[in-house]
Amino acid sequence: MKLTGLGHDKTATMVLVALAAVTFIIPFCNLALPADSPMHFSAYTVSLLGKYLTFALLGLSLDLVWGYCGILALGHGAFFALGGYAMGMYLMRQIGTRGVYGDPLLPDFMVFLNWKELPWYWLGFDHFWFALLMVVLVPGVLAFVFGWLAFRSRVTGVYLSIITQALTYALLLAFFRNEMGFGGNNGLTDFKELLGFNIQSEAVRAMLLMMSGITLMTAFLVCRWLVNTKLGRVVTAIRDQESRVRFLGYRVEMFKLWIFVFAAMLAGVAGALYVPQVGIINPSEFSPLNSLEIVIWVAMGGRGTLYGAIIGAVLVNYSKTVLTGLMPEIWLFSLGAVFVIVTVLLPDGIVGLLRRRLQEQHS
Amino acid sequence: MTSFAENSFGEDEKSSSGILLAEGQLDTRHGPILYLENVSVSFDGFKALNELSLYIDAGELRCLIGPNGAGKTTLMDVITGKTRPDTGSVFFGQTIDLLKMDEPAIAQAGICRKFQKPSVFDALTVFENLELALKADKRTWPTLFNRLNGEQRDRINQIIETIGLGAHHQLRAGILSHGQKQWLEIGMLLMQEPKVMLVDEPIAGMTHQEIERTAELLLSLQGQHSIVVVEHDMEFVRSIASKVTVLHEGSVLTEGTMDEVQNDPRVIQVYLGG
Amino acid sequence: MKANSIKGYCRLAAFLMLLFSLASYGDQEVSTQQPLLDALNNLKQGSMSEREQAITQLAGIGQSSLGILQALLDGKLFTLKSDAKLVIGIDNNQGYDISDAVSGTALGAIERADVNKINLTNKLRVSLRKIIGELELSADDPLIRLAAVKAMGNEDDDAVLALLQARAGVEKDATVLKAINVVFLLKEMNSSDKAVRIKAIEALKEQNNLDVVNRLNVMVEKDEGGNYLETDVEVRNIAKAALIKINSRLQLYSTIETVFFGLSLGAVLVLAAIGLAITFGVMGVINMAHGELMMLGAYTTYVMQQLMPNHLGVSVLLSIPAAFMISALVGIAIERGIIRFLYGRPLETLLATFGVSLILQQSVRSIFSPLNRSVATPEWMSGSWQINDFLSLTWNRFYILVFCLMVFVLLLQILKRTRLGLEVRAVAQNRNMARAMGIPTAKVDALTFGLGSGIAGVAGVALSQITNVGPNLGQAYIVDSFMVVVFGGVGNLWGTLVAGFVLGIANKFLEPFAGAVLAKILVLVFIILFIQKRPRGLFPQKGRAADS
Repeated sequence: MKLTGLGHDKTATMVLVALAAVTFIIPFCNLALPADSPMHFSAYTVSLLGKYLTFALLGLSLDLVWGYCGILALGHGAFFALGGYAMGMYLMRQIGTRGVYGDPLLPDFMVFLNWKELPWYWLGFDHFWFALLMVVLVPGVLAFVFGWLAFRSRVTGVYLSIITQALTYALLLAFFRNEMGFGGNNGLTDFKELLGFNIQSEAVRAMLLMMSGITLMTAFLVCRWLVNTKLGRVVTAIRDQESRVRFLGYRVEMFKLWIFVFAAMLAGVAGALYVPQVGIINPSEFSPLNSLEIVIWVAMGGRGTLYGAIIGAVLVNYSKTVLTGLMPEIWLFSLGAVFVIVTVLLPDGIVGLLRRRLQEQHS
Repeated sequence: MTSFAENSFGEDEKSSSGILLAEGQLDTRHGPILYLENVSVSFDGFKALNELSLYIDAGELRCLIGPNGAGKTTLMDVITGKTRPDTGSVFFGQTIDLLKMDEPAIAQAGICRKFQKPSVFDALTVFENLELALKADKRTWPTLFNRLNGEQRDRINQIIETIGLGAHHQLRAGILSHGQKQWLEIGMLLMQEPKVMLVDEPIAGMTHQEIERTAELLLSLQGQHSIVVVEHDMEFVRSIASKVTVLHEGSVLTEGTMDEVQNDPRVIQVYLGG
Repeated sequence: MKANSIKGYCRLAAFLMLLFSLASYGDQEVSTQQPLLDALNNLKQGSMSEREQAITQLAGIGQSSLGILQALLDGKLFTLKSDAKLVIGIDNNQGYDISDAVSGTALGAIERADVNKINLTNKLRVSLRKIIGELELSADDPLIRLAAVKAMGNEDDDAVLALLQARAGVEKDATVLKAINVVFLLKEMNSSDKAVRIKAIEALKEQNNLDVVNRLNVMVEKDEGGNYLETDVEVRNIAKAALIKINSRLQLYSTIETVFFGLSLGAVLVLAAIGLAITFGVMGVINMAHGELMMLGAYTTYVMQQLMPNHLGVSVLLSIPAAFMISALVGIAIERGIIRFLYGRPLETLLATFGVSLILQQSVRSIFSPLNRSVATPEWMSGSWQINDFLSLTWNRFYILVFCLMVFVLLLQILKRTRLGLEVRAVAQNRNMARAMGIPTAKVDALTFGLGSGIAGVAGVALSQITNVGPNLGQAYIVDSFMVVVFGGVGNLWGTLVAGFVLGIANKFLEPFAGAVLAKILVLVFIILFIQKRPRGLFPQKGRAADS
């Protein structure tokens, strides 16, 4: 909201146009153009871009919580991972008898652990609609329970940040356990089919990129609408003067809870789109480092702007791909440096920097 | 999901306090609208309020004075639900027990507060600040789908004129002057259509003219609202108050007109340090 | 003042010299006697009869040949193919780490193909075992004698019993005597005389001995035919009663052991958290690089050991000040370079220091390789304190517990009694007031941060003694140590101490029921719920100041 002004809508429109281009043109170039055409995009590029878009969606959801409501959630990756696991469970069930052990009912890792029947919490995941429901419901319920407890007893600031980190850390430990029934260390992988289509095929990959793009654009518009409603203004007010909002008669904890749950669900959707494109989900997605990386995407892009989160997510992840490809050891150095530089020198992120430049030019 | 929980929370509230948001249920037939009886609050052994009893009449404009540490702000904290007293009772009218309600419930019941340090939302415009304060259904879903109707819009514009910010209604509150922020916050109080207004140091940082206008504003509100003003500026207090309460070391030292109070030897001793 | 400090330096120097002399004590010259060389010559000869003769000769020499005999029995005695030198070799996966059999001097590593093992026949092995037992029974160290008695008690051999009987006559050490006694009492439980059996049980039920428990368990069991192994009902009941009594003691000891494990885990948590308690509690700064400062301390220990490989104990002790200095300097650099621009913005500090933690991790990874480095434990810290069969406490954990308390007391004294401590507390309570009174707040901030970071380094030294040293060392502790600080109540060192121990003990008590990982999860979940009930921790700071 800091950044309301003339350039606001223009930038948002530009971001939307860029997203639309990626969403529709790249899959077309991948599928319709021959492989030797200069405009052809490889399957690798397609899944890479698809991955970036899901990260952008994840960053967007964190920006709602952190940029607008002021809750620095250091466990947001947990919701992403849970959504991913829900989708992964559906994909596991689709493998059927094509697993290494050929068990029609049990995934390979369960056969390996000598399990005799499917745990109750795996039931229903053979239906796509059920899995989709769980993609939003599981992160949503966890966020609800956690937020209900935390916000009602008014845990704020760094305390909240630390317990959100503890939350994802606890989940990380839990999902590492084989007894949990989610594949332990290895997680869920070796997927074959999505809705009856070969998940490795170029067409499905292109479709997934399109789905990610469409979801991201929709989510972006919904979030933009949301922050411009009265609820959005209450949430911004909570970020700046929490107790004042309470004395105006609003139940602050309910608004925080609402936005936290909504963002968790968005993160879950992002995770569900991510898993079929990378072909694996494992406990490392719960690691506190992953959640902190999301924060830095948003910080780098510029928090409290929505499109800043998208720009930041794509930029940081593109750098990650390039740098880890060139010199793996340089990546953590640069990520660390980005954390330091952004917080000390660029509190409003890239978007803020550009805006200041623009303003200077105008005046 | 959220609204379900909220409903259940709301019902819970009703069953425990018996009364909530009750137009017409506020019982002021005996005169006072606020009853504070034998209220004590202590922090780490320090008694901020000590067996304090205070009654505010409906429609009254009351000034609270007293040296630093007398317990003025703590008193407001107790009334608005920010601080829970160790002992004592606080009633709103005859029947509503404020000690069983939290801050939002008390605010919705009609007790509103202006803070010592002006607390407006810097990132929002003047108009949006007032819109948030507007008396309305303040649960999440209704807030999400809230649209201002013509009447409400008029009401906001009317208040903007009242607090003299007509030229600035699209400005972000963060760039207002200190005095303007004070007025904006008073405006936010008015938007809530409160029964009781607690006003903590309203004229700090204001020019002489602004002070005069504030006094006029507060006097014009008297009668429709019960107003409690905490202020250090004696001249200002004299210009608005018919009745003054002096607090000292957490309890009421004396009550009366400004002249009576100023001539009370105990008050003189407290202020001059005997 | 000055005289005092000089005296202090002298004491320190004397102390260090003492340490050096202790460390070099192990390299004492072994006197080379002619009979020993003769015997070894015989041992090297091919024939078994000559080896038998050599063994007898070595036995005649006495205690000093025990090491060679034991190596011979364990198949660790070799001759070098190059110069027929007799060496003791320890398998290191690729080959052997060898040392001179006579002098004990280390001779480095060698290929498997370069040595010949000195083999034994079964018959020789039996007699060798007996000779070793005999030698051990008359060893000067009561611990060696005790171990020998325990090993011999398991052998059902009249000759062995005769040896023990003989030893019982001259043994002075009460523990060893008791152990010998237990061996004979156990034999008496096989007696056909009911009265002897009962008497033996009555005597044995006071012993904390696993062999006794096993033997008693056998007495109350049935064989495959459903008949009791002990035919007499009365004896059986007495045995049952004795078992119950021993088991209740066993329960007690296992509780003590769990508490000890809990305390030692708690000590690690406290060490990790206490530096954080200073930077977070006193300064309100979230330092996510705290774990990496611990890691630096652990690597300092590693480097110190590389610098002085022959003085393990001294290197560990010297690592403490070295690690303190290094981590403190890095900490001050972080404070001056980054954090001072971010005061009053705790969330930003958290992110920036997290960035620092990534850089530190990657630096270590680049310099020392991503693999774990193992830091050797000095001899006085390894092994365990065997109180009885049921209870033994490992020395390294014991020392860490003591060390943790020392650090805690020292820190408390620094905060309470020194000028720096006073200034730190003043700044913590009211920064502006402190500055107004002429306290150089910037300098105090830097020093406070340095102090907290230095303690993290010291904690790293302790950690290096119980876990592998690797680039991820710090990460593993950061969440835990924050939990401890928050659980204990921010700004309260005693709270940190209590919280660390409580969490450590809780963790260890949950482990048997829930498993290590689940126990950890349960503790985390508990703290998450706890913070929601009491957002200010166990020992909150009260008052108006705490509200703002």
